[in-house]
Amino acid sequence: MEAGTPTEPERPPEKPGTVIRRHGVVTRVWHWVNAVAVLILLGSGLGISNAHPRLYWGRYGANFDPAWATLPHFPGWLTIPARYNLAISRRWHLFFALVLGFGLLAYMIGGLVTRHFQRDLRIRGRELRPSAIWADFRRHLAFRFHDEHDPRRYNLFQKLSYVAVLFVALPLAILTGIALSPGMNAAWPWVLEILGGRQSARSIHFITASALALFLIVHLVLVILAGPLNELRSMITGRWRIPE
Amino acid sequence: MIRRRTILTGGAGLLLAGCDKVIQQPTARKILFAGEDMQRGLQRALMDRGALAPEYRRDQMSPFFRTNGTRNPGTPEYAAMLANRFEDWRLKVGGLVGRPLSLSLRQIGEFPARRQITRHDCVEGWSAIGEWIGPMLGNILKAANISSRARYVVFTCADLYGGQPYYESLDLIDAFHPQTILAWGMNGRMLDVGHGAPLRLRVERQLGYKHAKYLMRIDAVENLSNIGLGKGGYWEDHVDYDWYAGI
Repeated sequence: MEAGTPTEPERPPEKPGTVIRRHGVVTRVWHWVNAVAVLILLGSGLGISNAHPRLYWGRYGANFDPAWATLPHFPGWLTIPARYNLAISRRWHLFFALVLGFGLLAYMIGGLVTRHFQRDLRIRGRELRPSAIWADFRRHLAFRFHDEHDPRRYNLFQKLSYVAVLFVALPLAILTGIALSPGMNAAWPWVLEILGGRQSARSIHFITASALALFLIVHLVLVILAGPLNELRSMITGRWRIPE
Repeated sequence: MIRRRTILTGGAGLLLAGCDKVIQQPTARKILFAGEDMQRGLQRALMDRGALAPEYRRDQMSPFFRTNGTRNPGTPEYAAMLANRFEDWRLKVGGLVGRPLSLSLRQIGEFPARRQITRHDCVEGWSAIGEWIGPMLGNILKAANISSRARYVVFTCADLYGGQPYYESLDLIDAFHPQTILAWGMNGRMLDVGHGAPLRLRVERQLGYKHAKYLMRIDAVENLSNIGLGKGGYWEDHVDYDWYAGI
């Protein structure tokens, strides 16, 4: 988003129907690279889960240890590959893990350098006032997702979910994934320490992936409700028409 | 609206289904499989050669250490060796070595032993913590006077897969790692049949399928192209498992 700096005074809002530059090129490229990576990681991850669908807490955990969750067998239309093949699921997963990790790293650097994060994702005190939260909530219920007085701005729930995905869920998915590698356990033993052992890391990895899948579903539903062609175009060309 | 929704969710579905088509293309497959080399390169860059896998306390051990893979080789040859408590079993060390060895269990027991409580991670996802004891593989390779031409160490086992002995291989970084041992004991007892008696490999920075059980031969080689189908291990050759199993 090529809006002004955060210190810039409020300018008169653009009229509905105006086409503005919504997403910068760094955001757009990363969004699609990451979208492909996340989908492939979720699909291949479910394939890997089918190999041992039990989750444990602690350092160890196998068939004779108590599991806190026994996962369902995920059907072929959700897994990569469709027919159970642990080796190929792992190939997909471990390749796109690198795409996800280094993609996020590049986006983090890009987002800080272009000041996209500071400008567009910073949550300001006035947004957290109960009256502001209530107004945002009512706008959502009416399927209006932008502030007509400041249409460029992300709404509070958008900011909260983007911040949670960018700075909590994705890094945690990567960190817990690193903790599953016996090689990386030797290289960075502290990762295992802070997560409470490999089987805890595996459980958190699955929970985090589930949270990301939930975000993905809500995200897609909201894109459809907000006008999918306009939203899709804004993430491809950057151009977004301010809704009526 | 319905159509738009179909486009969006259909796109995701197509991507998942498309993956199975994509991986049949030799070029795509090659790129995807190169992920293994990237992971290995990255890990080797981030990791000290001698960096140790975590070791645990006795009270952190699994109460029950499950068996997997081959539980008993079941061949007449193995049954005969087991019947006389591996008195006639010998570990052959050969290939690119100056002094080929044929070691009895007693002789292997004379090497200084390393005792370690480590975590075994199966490629399927489960983990078990157990105590292992045995000589460092590096000391055995030194005793055999391994040649400077050797780049890999190949393990041949007594258990059969598809009629052929199970085999695995390591490069010299992992072969000479201090925690890479030939374990003859587990959890304070002699190794049992289910866990690979009389001798098994422990390579603590990699996944379980690298830890060859029922060891019969160790060969130092220059490359892996003449071993099995050329990828260095039974699972690597037959079901596309990664040769580098550090992740």
